Amino acid sequence: MIFAVLAVVPRNPMTNVLSLVVLFFAMAAIFAVLGMDFLAAIQVIVYSGAILVLFLFVIMLLNIRKVEAFGSGRGWQAFIGTLVTAGIGAMILVIAGLLFPEQGAVLPGVADTGTALPIGKALLSTHLFAFEFITLLLVAAIVGAVYLGRREER
Amino acid sequence: MWAEVAVVGVKLAFVLVVMLTTVPIMVWVERRGSALIQDRLGPNRVGPFGLLQPVIDVVKLLTKENIRPEGVHTFLYLLAPAIAIAISLSTFIAVPFARDSGLTVFGRPVDGFIVAPNLNIGVLYIFAIASLAVYSVVLAGWASNNKYSLYGGIRASAQAISYEMAMTIAVVGVLMSAGSLHLQQIVDAQTGTWLGALPRWNVFPQFLGAITFTVAVFAETNRLPFDLPEAEAELVAGYHTEYSSMGFAAFYMSEYLHMIVAASLITVLFFGGWNLPWIDIPFDGWAGALLSMGVFAVKVAFFMWFFVWVRWTLPRFRYDQLMALGWKVMIPLATLNFLWVGVGMALGYF
Amino acid sequence: MTPADVVPIPYTWVLALSAVLFAIGAVGVLLRRNAIAIFLSLEIMLNSANLAFAAFAYRFAAGHATAAAALDGQIFIFFVIAVAAAEAAVGLALFIALHRLKDSIDVDRANILRW
Repeated sequence: MIFAVLAVVPRNPMTNVLSLVVLFFAMAAIFAVLGMDFLAAIQVIVYSGAILVLFLFVIMLLNIRKVEAFGSGRGWQAFIGTLVTAGIGAMILVIAGLLFPEQGAVLPGVADTGTALPIGKALLSTHLFAFEFITLLLVAAIVGAVYLGRREER
Repeated sequence: MWAEVAVVGVKLAFVLVVMLTTVPIMVWVERRGSALIQDRLGPNRVGPFGLLQPVIDVVKLLTKENIRPEGVHTFLYLLAPAIAIAISLSTFIAVPFARDSGLTVFGRPVDGFIVAPNLNIGVLYIFAIASLAVYSVVLAGWASNNKYSLYGGIRASAQAISYEMAMTIAVVGVLMSAGSLHLQQIVDAQTGTWLGALPRWNVFPQFLGAITFTVAVFAETNRLPFDLPEAEAELVAGYHTEYSSMGFAAFYMSEYLHMIVAASLITVLFFGGWNLPWIDIPFDGWAGALLSMGVFAVKVAFFMWFFVWVRWTLPRFRYDQLMALGWKVMIPLATLNFLWVGVGMALGYF
Repeated sequence: MTPADVVPIPYTWVLALSAVLFAIGAVGVLLRRNAIAIFLSLEIMLNSANLAFAAFAYRFAAGHATAAAALDGQIFIFFVIAVAAAEAAVGLALFIALHRLKDSIDVDRANILRW
C-alpha cells in the first residue's frame, strides 16, 4: 500500500516506476500465499519483468526528468475527485463486508490447483476460445505498437 | 517448525558457501584459461600457479577509493549493484544439486539439497527472477550521469529481453518431455538410457533447443560473444563505467554468479543434471548424494570452462547483428524445436 | 506450497487491500497530468482488480461443480494480465507518438489534437 502511494505521488518518474516494481512483487507474494504459484510467477515475469521495463525504456527515451506536482493545476477538481474516489473505495469495502459476512479464515479447497498443470489443462479445454483470442489480441497489439512507434520517413 | 528453519538454513548456507567460493575460482580460471588460449602465461607470481591472484584482486578492489561522480542519482546508483547480486543469488534456490536419496537432517528430509523443494514452478521462478536482472543494468546506466553508461544500459537491457524470449521457448521443449516445471523432476526424467546405448539426456533429442538455450544464456549473462554492453573497447566500460571499487566488484561478482547459474541450468535442463552417463547411481544415503553432487559439479565445471573458452575464441557481435540474431534466428529456431518435440511426443518417441 | 503449508487467510483482508489500491490508483489517474503517471496509476487499478479476483478465487475454490471450474478466477487473472500487457504496449507507443508531435506529455496540452 505504501508503495502504491509512492507510485502515485512523487514527481520523479523513476520513483514511480520502481515503487510499482516493488508493488507488483508484493502482489506476487500475495498470490503465492493464497496458493496460486503459477500466477505469482507470471505476475513477476509479465508485469515487473516486461511491462515496467517498457515503461522505463520510454521514460529514458523521452528523457522525462521531473513531472509536475501531484494535483497541481486542478484546483477544486482535485478536492472533489479525491472525495469521490475515497467514497467509491469505502463503498466497495462496505458492500464486500456486507455480502460476505464471514470474517474468519475459510479453508479453501485450493490444494493443488495453483500449479501449472491444472491451469494449463483448463486453459486448453474450457477456455480454449479465450486463449486463442488473446493470442490474436497480442499480435494486434504488437503490430499496432510497432506501427505507432515508427519514425516517419521524411 | 524450528527443524524446518534449521534445514533450510543448512541448505542455504551450503549454497551460499559454494557459490561465493566458486567466484574467485572462476576468476582464476578465466585469467589462466585465457592465457592458455592466447598462448601466453597468465598470472603466476602470486602463490603457486597464481592461485592467490583472485584474493589479491579482492584486496585491491576493497582498498580502492570509492569515488562517486557528481550528478549521480544516489539511491539508484547504490541500488543497482545490490540488485545485481541479490538476483543472481536468488535464482539458485530451485536448482537440484543431488539425488533425492532419502537423507535426513535434523529429522527432516533433504531432497537433493534444493533449498526450496516445494517450489512446483521451479523453472518459471528462475525465469521470473532472471527477468528482474534487467533492472540492475538499466538503473546502473541511468543513474550514472554519463551518456555512454546510458547507452550501455539500454543496449544491455534490450539484449536481455530479446534473448529472454528465445531462452523461454527453447526450454518449453524440455518442459513438455518432462511434464513438470519442477527441476528435480526434470532431472529424474533424464535417468536411464535409450536402447541401452545413449543416455536419456535432453540434449540428444532436443539438440536444437540445447543450442538455442546455450546461445540465449550467453546473451543473457552478457558474456562474449554478446558482451557489447560492457565492451571494453567500444563504450569505455558500458554500464558500469562510473562504478569503482565495491560497486565494480559487485557487478563483476554478479556476472560470474550469473554464469554459474547459467551453467547449472544448462546441465540440469539438457545434460542430465546429476545423472551419470550410462550407469545409474546405485547408492542411497550419503554416498549417493555425494556422488551425484560430484557428477553435477563436474558437469557445471565443464560448462563454465566452455563459457571461458568461447569468450576468448570468438569475436564480439555488433549490436545490430546481435539483435537480428536474437529475433530473426533464435526465436524461429526455438519454435522449431518446440514443434519438433511436440511431434515427437505425439508420435510416441520421446 | 503443499496443502499442509497453506495457512488459511481471511480473504476479506485481501479484498480490503484491493479496494484501497483501487482508490489510490483512481486518485492517481484523476489528478495527474503526466501521461506516464496516469498510465502507471491505471496499472495499479488493473492490479487491484486482479487481487480481488484472487481473493474470491481463494474463497470459493471448494464448492464447484467440476474441478476445472474452480480455476476460473485464476484463469481470468491470467487473461487480465495479458490484456494489460497488450494495452501497455500500445499505450506507450501512443505516448511516444504524442511526444513527437507536441514535445510534451502533459495531457492538458493535448486537448486540440489536429492543430
